[in-house]
Amino acid sequence: MLTKRIIPCLDVKNGRVVKGVRFKNLRDAGNPAQLAEFYMNENADELVFLDISASWEKRRTMLKWVQDVADRIFIPFTVGGGISSLEQAREIISFGADKISLNTAAVNDPGLVKKCADLLGSQAVVVAIDVKLTIQGNWEVYVEGGKTPTGKDAIQWAKEVERLGCGEILLTSMDKDGTKSGYDNEIIRKIMSSIKVPLIASGGAGEMEHILDTFNAGSDAALAASIFHFGDIRIKELKTYLQKHNIPVRR
Amino acid sequence: MIGIVDYQVGNVGNVLRALKVLDFDAGVIGNPLLVTKDTDTLILPGVGAFGPAMESLEKSGWATFLNAWNKKGLPILGICLGMQLMCDKSLENGVHKGLGFIQGTVTSLGTQKLPHMGWNNITWNGRTPLLASSVPDGTFFFFVHSFALFESPDTAATTRLENKDFVSIIVKDNLAGFQFHPERSGLHGLRLLGTTLSYLMGI
Repeated sequence: MLTKRIIPCLDVKNGRVVKGVRFKNLRDAGNPAQLAEFYMNENADELVFLDISASWEKRRTMLKWVQDVADRIFIPFTVGGGISSLEQAREIISFGADKISLNTAAVNDPGLVKKCADLLGSQAVVVAIDVKLTIQGNWEVYVEGGKTPTGKDAIQWAKEVERLGCGEILLTSMDKDGTKSGYDNEIIRKIMSSIKVPLIASGGAGEMEHILDTFNAGSDAALAASIFHFGDIRIKELKTYLQKHNIPVRR
Repeated sequence: MIGIVDYQVGNVGNVLRALKVLDFDAGVIGNPLLVTKDTDTLILPGVGAFGPAMESLEKSGWATFLNAWNKKGLPILGICLGMQLMCDKSLENGVHKGLGFIQGTVTSLGTQKLPHMGWNNITWNGRTPLLASSVPDGTFFFFVHSFALFESPDTAATTRLENKDFVSIIVKDNLAGFQFHPERSGLHGLRLLGTTLSYLMGI
């Protein structure tokens, strides 16, 4: 039986994990490879790294830590953040990442999604979609780290990127992100019913129940950051809880 | 030495990393002419679509080489698309002839959700007790695919998705294949990869 995936997300800046990860027994809480290994041993199903360095030049250091992570873990990991060309995407994959995630660049140049899928395979292409509920009651796509509205409707955009060949959608609700009040399961349900590719829910996880809720709403995977990094929720306990509630998980 | 067949379809780096961790002597081989005398086992990886991959195997000379290799009874391990390529044929975007080492036709999973992406478990069918002893029934592995083999006399394990059982492991004499990615399936994946290679190599 296919299980629901638990995915910790780590922000990396200039080769270091930022926003702090507070665990004892970690010699270097800023080292991406060491954290990756820690989460693999915690039984995380996949990892997502988001590079938030200011410029692509700084992101050249990205290839170094991507390789270090690939050397240490044997579960899939995705790298996103500022990838704007096929060449960058190819390079990151060749250094050992399993998937790349496109966000702003996909909106600016939808053809990039297709080019990446054709060259690297759909399984390697995640499109990250940041959405916000409008007064009219639909969800609008935002880019550039949530700063810029695009006028695009989230559901239409999800269908479009699926058609272009992406293998998975990472949906972040900006309304919910950081609130710890649960995922936005309304837009998740709407998008899920219009696409076939898997959906990763993101934004709003605060308690184990929130993850259970989004799985019951149909999400294939749940992504979270601070609740895992600060040790509020340990992945092993979370999986025990989910299993008790009849959610299939990998033990 | 284990040679990883590089025919420009997908990333071979993570397979190599896994073999290094398992202490196998291994290298990536970009051309059949470069297969060294000490190479005793080949790994056929691969992602993407069947047709273009088969075309690439033929153009690069690998298809002919693999045929001769298999006729000699030398070990080949196929991973993901690599396993599918060893079959008779695939119906992915038309009808494509495969290498024909394994009896069976690769067809669409036909499930509601596609691709089948994530961790799913296997059920051994009892044909390969040695491999089954390395990881028990119900062990999870990482899958990413939209097509699969549903019936083959060479089935060693199956996996269930939306009430359909497809073939997740094949074993036939000198050949083995995984539909999942053992190199991305954590410690159990590494263990099964190591056991299978040792078995194929007669260690």
